[in-house]
Amino acid sequence: MTATATVPPPVRPAPRGGRGRPARSPHRALLGLAGVATFLCLLELLPRTGLVNSRFLPPFSDMAEALGERAGTGEFWRALGDTLTTWSIGLGIALAAGVVIGMLIGSVRVLRETTASVIEFLRPIPSVALIPLAVLMYGTGREATLLLVIYAAFWQILLQVLAGVQDVDPVARDTARSYRFRFLTEVTRLVWPTTLPYAVVGFRLAASVALILTVTGELIIGTPGLGRLIAVAQTSGAVASMYALVIVTGLLGVAVNLLARLVERRVLRWHPSVRQESAS
Amino acid sequence: MTVFSPRAAAPLARSATRRGTGRRALAAARRTLVVLGLPAVLIAVWWLVSEEYHSFYFPPLREIVETFGPTWFEGRITGDVVPSLTRLLSGYALAVVLGVVLGVLIGSSAKLRAFAEPVLEFFRAIPPPVMVPILMLFFGIGTTMKVIVIATGAVWPILLNTVEGVRGIDPLLRDTARTYRLRPLTRLRTLVLRGASPQIFTGARQALSIAIILMVISEMFAANNGLGFSIVQFQRSFALPEMWTGILLLGLVGVLLSLIFRAVERVVLAWYRGQRQSQRGGNR
Amino acid sequence: MTTATDRPATATRMLSVRGLHKVYESAGRPTEAIRDLTFDIAAGEMVCIVGPSGAGKTTLLRCIAGLLPPTGGDISLEGRPVAGPPKGMAVVFQDYARSLFPWLTVAQNVELPLREKRLPKAERHRLVERSLEAVGLADVPRSYPWQLSGGMQQRVAIARAVAYEPHILMMDEPFAAVDAQTRADLEDLVRDLWHRLGITLLFVTHDIDEAIYLGRRVLVLSGRPTVIMEDVAVDLPDERDQLGTRNLPRFGELRAHVYELVQKAKRGHRPENEPDAGASGAVGKEFPA
Repeated sequence: MTATATVPPPVRPAPRGGRGRPARSPHRALLGLAGVATFLCLLELLPRTGLVNSRFLPPFSDMAEALGERAGTGEFWRALGDTLTTWSIGLGIALAAGVVIGMLIGSVRVLRETTASVIEFLRPIPSVALIPLAVLMYGTGREATLLLVIYAAFWQILLQVLAGVQDVDPVARDTARSYRFRFLTEVTRLVWPTTLPYAVVGFRLAASVALILTVTGELIIGTPGLGRLIAVAQTSGAVASMYALVIVTGLLGVAVNLLARLVERRVLRWHPSVRQESAS
Repeated sequence: MTVFSPRAAAPLARSATRRGTGRRALAAARRTLVVLGLPAVLIAVWWLVSEEYHSFYFPPLREIVETFGPTWFEGRITGDVVPSLTRLLSGYALAVVLGVVLGVLIGSSAKLRAFAEPVLEFFRAIPPPVMVPILMLFFGIGTTMKVIVIATGAVWPILLNTVEGVRGIDPLLRDTARTYRLRPLTRLRTLVLRGASPQIFTGARQALSIAIILMVISEMFAANNGLGFSIVQFQRSFALPEMWTGILLLGLVGVLLSLIFRAVERVVLAWYRGQRQSQRGGNR
Repeated sequence: MTTATDRPATATRMLSVRGLHKVYESAGRPTEAIRDLTFDIAAGEMVCIVGPSGAGKTTLLRCIAGLLPPTGGDISLEGRPVAGPPKGMAVVFQDYARSLFPWLTVAQNVELPLREKRLPKAERHRLVERSLEAVGLADVPRSYPWQLSGGMQQRVAIARAVAYEPHILMMDEPFAAVDAQTRADLEDLVRDLWHRLGITLLFVTHDIDEAIYLGRRVLVLSGRPTVIMEDVAVDLPDERDQLGTRNLPRFGELRAHVYELVQKAKRGHRPENEPDAGASGAVGKEFPA
């Protein structure tokens, strides 16, 4: 879940079931559940006992109640839908642009060399710097937030795809050249299969970054979505409601992470190169 | 990172050394061209196009450059930039310390890890900016709030990566430390922190970008000075060239901090890069 | 530190293992790794432990090193019971690449344990220099381990152990991952260090030739759950060299004997006196040649 500014160096695709995740034993799962239960109890008891002012932190039961109320309104579901729409459109555009541009730049040496410095310079620019421009150009429309989302998510994917193209076995590439593969054949048969695992990692990173920027845009700019509901709840002093919505965004974040990992595993299941990769 | 540095030009330079200084100069010139060529072209295009076509949103680059000095160097450096950077660095430092300390603690115990992980994953998944309204309840709208917003948003990647790093320390290395009876403090410094440092840096790098975002956002929300505040002010008063100078300055801050970060990382993780390279070279 | 002069094999008891028993708890099912091991090692001895793969050699070593708590039985080193890594002991593991600190230079790796012993700086430097010289690595103190070849890395690990001035040095298949030529060199290096430093050496290996070439005694272990098949005395001359010693008729006899024992162990054969296997515990028992 990298956000915009400095993007980490390309992450090597992990082996299947990788990323050091141990098999979830029932014992571990139980401990995790106990952790969640403890956390919720604290959330309930801290304000109830007066250790924390309940005006600032309402008990968990109040949050749950507020969430129940919200869930009964069409407004909430529309906002959730809006957030998901902005997120998926932004992520989709960033994905398409990142893959196409990355493959192009990565495969052509002159492009790769000349764009390197520009990429190095542009990617640490925080996307939120674009907020004022986005507001002026698009007001509170969805496009304003989309601009931020696409900018932030694009770098994640571009960098991974570039790394993937670089990873193509030079011998295989020479072989392809010596058989005079056409450019398109070389790309589809050789470059793309190598790049795919990297692109999928890029997708996973971009998915959570895109969600962060979606909610941020809604919160700050006021484009429709969960973020705006939080801002409204804040100004109207509906504290429990605000907490409830924050929890929803957190759960959404967890869901996005899980989905992205699922996609990663699905896409890479059949991929032979992944099995040989060493964990990093 | 190495992938994207203009290192591709290096072999060319190397082969040139054999053929005398003339060639070498040529190679250096080519490398400079490769690194600076496209940026120069892009800036030139921006300059000319913005000069030619008058757009309200995209004022001429010339105007932006001319406005830059008067906008920032007449009081705003101390009035806005320094406070912003101070908040950023204090919040970030807090996040690093908290993240590493908690990460080492949690990472050292398998039980604690299993207990805490789901809750931590949840906190990491919350888009950090939504914590701003909540923290405003507790800490008002002052500098404290902003520092805490930055710290609480940036701490998660550091914390979770540190946990992962500590967990991933080679058990044989742990055994070695035990058989030589290294004292707890030495073990922490020499084994745990150094062993987890690659992951700590990964987390810290992610945290840095989150911290910058949160600095800007917390200032956009509620502040009476700072970079984010100024940029929004310019935007609300439709001072477009000034707003653009703010965007550029923010970009420069981001780039500069990432350069500093990388310089530190290069030194601290020199061993890690070397090790990875030797492994990839099939030394084993 | 013991010196080379006081090395009567029967003098002081360095290590004593009594009725060692180890059961692993894995996936809820207990696995008996070591059933019953009893033996003694005198100060200044060089003992090799061989056995078929999976014979619990490493488990035994880790128990002695205090890295693994035994399920039953007693281990004591220099008269003190072992609970946790004891003083005066150094271990060289098989996987050299993973037992050296990759973020420390060669010299720093060797020096680290000495710092922990709070030795004065001059003394530390002397020891580092001397031990690196002893393993033939005097010229690379500033390199990092991963810049060296496998054999050189294992030399660093040995130098670190030697500089630590342990009373007992344990080696867990230290040469299993290096090439044959390097291996012969390292074997001679270990013999040489043992001679010069007068330490007690416990050497675990799966290589029968190596065990006989190095050891004065060879403990042959059975398959799991482990007991001692036989405690073989190596009655070869103390001066050994790769060609001459390995060509001695006696070397061949010992090898044939140990080989047979290991083959038996592989087939699941167990010594007749198994229930109280270790009780015999005779040091250096003879076998009819």
